[in-house]
Amino acid sequence: MTLSTFCRASGTHVALAAVAMLAAIVIFPKVAPLYTLINVTLYMSMGVFALSLALLWGYGGILCFGQSAFFGLGAYAYAIAAINFGDTTLASAFAIGIPALFAAGLGYFLFYGRLSDVYLGVITLTVTLILFKLINSTGGDAWRIGEARLGGFNGIPNTPLLTMPFTGIPLSPANLFTLACIALFATYALCKRLITTRFGRAVIAVRENEVRAELLGYNARRLKLAIFVISAGIAGLAGLLFANSVFVSPTMFSLSMAAQVLIWVVVGGLGTLFGPVAACFALQIAAAALGKLGLIDPNIVLGLVLVVFVVFVPGGIQPALAALLARILTPPRGSPGHMREEAAR
Amino acid sequence: MSVHLLEARDVAMHFGGVKALDGVDFRLKKGELRCLLGPNGAGKSTFFRCLTGTHKPTRGHILFKGTDIAGKERHDIARAGIGVKTQVPSLFDGLTTHENLWLALRTVRNAVAREEKIADVMERVGISPLRDNVLGRMAHGQRQLVELAMVVASDPDLVLLDEPAAGMTDGEVERLASIIRDLNRTHTVVVVEHDMHFIRMIADQVTVFHQGRILAEGHVESILANQTVRDVYLGKKHGA
Amino acid sequence: MDYLLVVLLQIAGAVGNLALVSVGLAVIFGMMRVINLAHGEFIMLGGFAAIFSVQAGINIWLAMLVIAPLSVAVLGVLVERLVMRRLYGRMVDTMLASWGLSLLLIGLATTFFGNRVVGVAAPVGSFRIGEYSLGAYDFVLAGIALVVFAAGYAILRFTRVGLVARATMQNREMASSLGIEPSRVYAVTFAIGSALSGLAGGLLAPISGVLPTMGVAYVAKAFITVITGGASVITGTALSSTLLGSINTVSTFITTPVLGDVALLLAATIFLRLLPTGITGRIFKGAP
Repeated sequence: MTLSTFCRASGTHVALAAVAMLAAIVIFPKVAPLYTLINVTLYMSMGVFALSLALLWGYGGILCFGQSAFFGLGAYAYAIAAINFGDTTLASAFAIGIPALFAAGLGYFLFYGRLSDVYLGVITLTVTLILFKLINSTGGDAWRIGEARLGGFNGIPNTPLLTMPFTGIPLSPANLFTLACIALFATYALCKRLITTRFGRAVIAVRENEVRAELLGYNARRLKLAIFVISAGIAGLAGLLFANSVFVSPTMFSLSMAAQVLIWVVVGGLGTLFGPVAACFALQIAAAALGKLGLIDPNIVLGLVLVVFVVFVPGGIQPALAALLARILTPPRGSPGHMREEAAR
Repeated sequence: MSVHLLEARDVAMHFGGVKALDGVDFRLKKGELRCLLGPNGAGKSTFFRCLTGTHKPTRGHILFKGTDIAGKERHDIARAGIGVKTQVPSLFDGLTTHENLWLALRTVRNAVAREEKIADVMERVGISPLRDNVLGRMAHGQRQLVELAMVVASDPDLVLLDEPAAGMTDGEVERLASIIRDLNRTHTVVVVEHDMHFIRMIADQVTVFHQGRILAEGHVESILANQTVRDVYLGKKHGA
Repeated sequence: MDYLLVVLLQIAGAVGNLALVSVGLAVIFGMMRVINLAHGEFIMLGGFAAIFSVQAGINIWLAMLVIAPLSVAVLGVLVERLVMRRLYGRMVDTMLASWGLSLLLIGLATTFFGNRVVGVAAPVGSFRIGEYSLGAYDFVLAGIALVVFAAGYAILRFTRVGLVARATMQNREMASSLGIEPSRVYAVTFAIGSALSGLAGGLLAPISGVLPTMGVAYVAKAFITVITGGASVITGTALSSTLLGSINTVSTFITTPVLGDVALLLAATIFLRLLPTGITGRIFKGAP
């Protein structure tokens, strides 16, 4: 699985995304019922979460099985800080900062110990499980941080809603929707931009060949640590948005959450950004529809999708669609762009 | 500060009980082109890996531009000004030639200067037609040349080449030899090699390794005439 | 004095438990370098197989020791044929596919068996040491674990099949050049590994009960035990089970069961940082 995203201009994609987001912000709250609006806000938060792993795994080559750890940490950091400070602006900074800080510590341990992929997977998974177990066991009054009760498996149902800075007025569902749209777009644009910077290209270089990157003078471990921390911060942001559309609970740390985000990236296409977000939306909507029908357990669908994609569509949807599109749009001999896709297999 | 660009003092490398290097003293002046040769297991590749930071020597010092680099991290050694071409080409297989070279030009910050330099290096090594080819799908000899181009592009003070001619066709070997001689006009070069034919094409000074030590050092023709060297290395090879 | 004895016996029970839930994963990982993330669900299905057999009036020992492993082995053969075979050599992909399989099996079990715990009474009672009462079944488990490991060791060490297995573990290409057909070795290995997971599930059913989502709790523990054990399937898993089982029990005694589990995972994580190739990667090199 390789690609030459490198020096391709990404301006058009970002511009298209901006237009789509603006349209959504203007139109959607006017036409959609409240329930749908809240649900879509939730999907947006998951989209940000999908981007965090799409960046880390697709471009950094770091497969984190426990991405939900940062997602959950962000949400808990936000809820605890907001309850204690009574102000949500600073708490939002905590939602991004705490997971990033935690990732810095964990990543130092992982990358500077030069642990291989598989161990990385095991350890990140384990860390998530530890957090899940710990948070689940924090029921009762003894477990509180300042004013905030951790609430064990019930979570923190009274997670404070984001408020306007200075005025302290809580955001309405429409405001939250707008915020989630902006956050998703901003994260997408940031990731898109990041991978074309010198830093981003160096990160891709390390993914491609760590030894060669080091022989050229790139500090591979520091680059991996940096992308790990950035990804954790993004996951924290996703957690913050999630906390505002539902509330904070230990399921955010759960293995199924970790599996879901992985599935979105696999389905959307490893090494792409738009694909995972699209897959996230599609699968969430499908899961919700299935859940409503009550015909089939969502795990069956998720599991089948993952197996089928790994075995039959290993590149994911976005590259597969792009290749198909190129085949339709170009004569059989193929344009250089087509060759590029082929070569990237 | 030593007059030498590179100076190894009593470098030893033990793997368990095996002494791969057993006290190597080695000096290299700026501008030299030196070949390291010796039969398999003589220690030349181990010495090479100590220079690149892949191995941390058990004992001894390696002074590069007056600083001890023994046991330093690979990227620190690279930043100090040592460029490496490994035995098996080590490249960014999913990226194109152009992108590989872009990455090699880590220190060039200006985009225009970078592109100019990439074009220049591709021309110099003769890989311009391969600009947009993905490395993973290129032939072995082409990959060797791209890797060499990356080393040239990064403009190091010392170029280390580990068996650069391995697996190349005769035509490619001749081109490689001329590239290396050309490179030596501006750079100090160390080549690890055991193909005598190739060494004769490029080298002037050679260092012969044997059993983890330096057996002989000097001009290529006089070394090849040296009876001890012939016995341990060439004699065996030609006599067989 | 009694207390110390009780703690020691508890440790023995925990070690046996951990060894049993890990050995199936260890066999598959050691032989094929495939990490089967559906391992926990294999255990779960072994448990269901045992319980349904007992409910159908079959003797509990027969259910746990024969039916559970056999039915999961059949499943393992299917999984190997349909999925794993296509992914050999792609380690990350096998992990992902088996994770998908894990979700699928959880979903299917929930749909067909319901999302509730079903249990079965342990076939043996409890005994007393001084004022403490201990479940005898824990020691049955530890005993069976001992037998499984001893048998595994003997097979690997002294039989022709064991020799083939060890050759494959050491060097896959070499083994195939010796005329050993890797695909057959893999199929057999996957079946044996699955059977051992099924056995663990059957034996655990009387202790923990069986629930469609129970596998999650085991997979990480087993996974980390195997990795901590290192390259040697039997010796490594036995040693790491002993180490981690002891840490788990002692910290559970001092604190709570949750913190005991946390201590186990944490200890293994730190251990891996210090010895990245596991116990048998460095210390007991070359043991089967």
